[in-house]
Amino acid sequence: MKKNLTGLAFASPWIVGFLVFTLYPLGASFYYGLTDFNVFQSPKFVGLDNYSELMRDDLFWKSVRNTLYLTVISTPVNLIFSLLMALLLNRRIRGLSWYRTVYYIPTIIPLAATSLLWMWIMNAQYGLLNAMLGRLGLPQPNWLADPALTKASLVLMGLWGVGNIIIIFLASLQEVPRSLYESASIDGAGAFRSFLNITLPTISPIILFQLIMQVINNLQYFTQAYFIVSSTNLNAGTSGGPENSMLMYAMYLYHNAFQYFKMGKASAMAWILFVIAGAITWLIFRSSKRWVSYGGGD
Amino acid sequence: MRSRIMTLNGATHLILLLVGIAFIGPFLWMILTSLKSLEEISSLPVTILPDVFKWDNYTQVFDVIPFGRYFWNTLIITVLSVAGQLISAPMVTYSITKIEWFGAKWIFPIVIGTMLLPYQVTMIPVYLIFQKLHLTGGYWPLIIPTFTAAPLYIFLLRQFFMQLPNSLIHAAKIDGASEFRTYWNIVLPLSRPALTSVGIFTFLYTWSDFLGPLLYINNSSKYTLTLGLQAFLAEHYTEWGLLMAASLMFTLPIVVIFFFAQKQFIEGISLTGIKG
Repeated sequence: MKKNLTGLAFASPWIVGFLVFTLYPLGASFYYGLTDFNVFQSPKFVGLDNYSELMRDDLFWKSVRNTLYLTVISTPVNLIFSLLMALLLNRRIRGLSWYRTVYYIPTIIPLAATSLLWMWIMNAQYGLLNAMLGRLGLPQPNWLADPALTKASLVLMGLWGVGNIIIIFLASLQEVPRSLYESASIDGAGAFRSFLNITLPTISPIILFQLIMQVINNLQYFTQAYFIVSSTNLNAGTSGGPENSMLMYAMYLYHNAFQYFKMGKASAMAWILFVIAGAITWLIFRSSKRWVSYGGGD
Repeated sequence: MRSRIMTLNGATHLILLLVGIAFIGPFLWMILTSLKSLEEISSLPVTILPDVFKWDNYTQVFDVIPFGRYFWNTLIITVLSVAGQLISAPMVTYSITKIEWFGAKWIFPIVIGTMLLPYQVTMIPVYLIFQKLHLTGGYWPLIIPTFTAAPLYIFLLRQFFMQLPNSLIHAAKIDGASEFRTYWNIVLPLSRPALTSVGIFTFLYTWSDFLGPLLYINNSSKYTLTLGLQAFLAEHYTEWGLLMAASLMFTLPIVVIFFFAQKQFIEGISLTGIKG
């Protein structure tokens, strides 16, 4: 009994936080989602009105499409690139710690500064990227103002910050027992076969975890798009960039809640995000039984 | 065979080097731009090195935004947040790894669940709680939650605490030490590397946070550096020399910490990623 009390005492900061900042808000936002609520007056119950309003809202669908597009492109691009870099770093090369530092540095730079830097690099007229493309005689697109290119530009920006995934993959590669490779090469397996049969299965739990975190983070994509959009020169009167091509789900939710004070509608969006994030995570977990192996080399 | 391995190694180095240039290049570009004048930045062709090194971009930042004040504001929030996580996260982790009580088993799965919960899902009701308490507009809404142990740090510390031998804890208990004494005198000192990682990550996260301050702080005298940068961007869109200088000054504390504690960064990152 005394153990239970001590345990409870030690865990109390988390328990209080969980109840006040997670569990209650989860319930409350479901309730607010069913109300007409503008902060200044108390919430008025309207049933599913917010949800049906969202279904008819073009900007809502635009933000859903933008966010899913970014998630679907950015997640595999980041993971595959990181894995390739980690594999190269794992070839017992000289200067490993140098490379590791260089790849890691961009991830510690605050997203605010990263966004500013890339806005400048991708500046159509005076940017470094187009200056280099011009030198090579290639077309110099307007990266952040052409609605067809804005999201690709965000993906490119994101690639600059994958250093921590590279390091995580590298650390897990280094834990794969060498003996496994040795016995495989005795059995005559080539480099590609041992990658498929030994490396991938052994690090698959880590890939799974990174995959889920990438998806969850991309669904919440906010700061970079918000910064780019707030340079008013780029967006002609819209708050989501050129033709709202950078209107991310989290941005539209924020606009509804804190600019239009439509707390009910924003809460409905929060719950839709909750369900979507939950469903995607569940699907990944379910599929993972087929491609993630636990035990064995772990 | 030997020459094939040589070319393979050569190719590996070439790729690593090219990617390395692509990763460090933009950062160097930030530094070079921060030293260029507005005229040079807005003329073609694009120059690599500044014609004239314009060092006073850095002093000019203090004229166009109250940089010192924003720096101070950000520092207060960051230091208190680091304290919050360092007090709460190890306590909670200790309770689920080293105390045998009924909560030990079911807290961790919930922690993992909340780790996957998008910020936006709870954002509005949490905002309304702080509004009811008349705390919006100040720093408390950013600081108070850090005293309730973030899931990521529980996750990170748990990896570390599970490696600490239970025999040490039993020995202390046999000597008559209370649970708190065991925690304070034995577990915490042994966990210094993991605690350093938690401190560094909290610093990094809080220092860089944009959405939190954007929600809660509306008076420009209370702005953090991220809010200050955003306001500056919205008003002075073309002054990239100043913007890059300000961004660098904003990033500098993190870079300094990184070079002093690189090992903890790398180890901490690995701790958060290993084992699903």
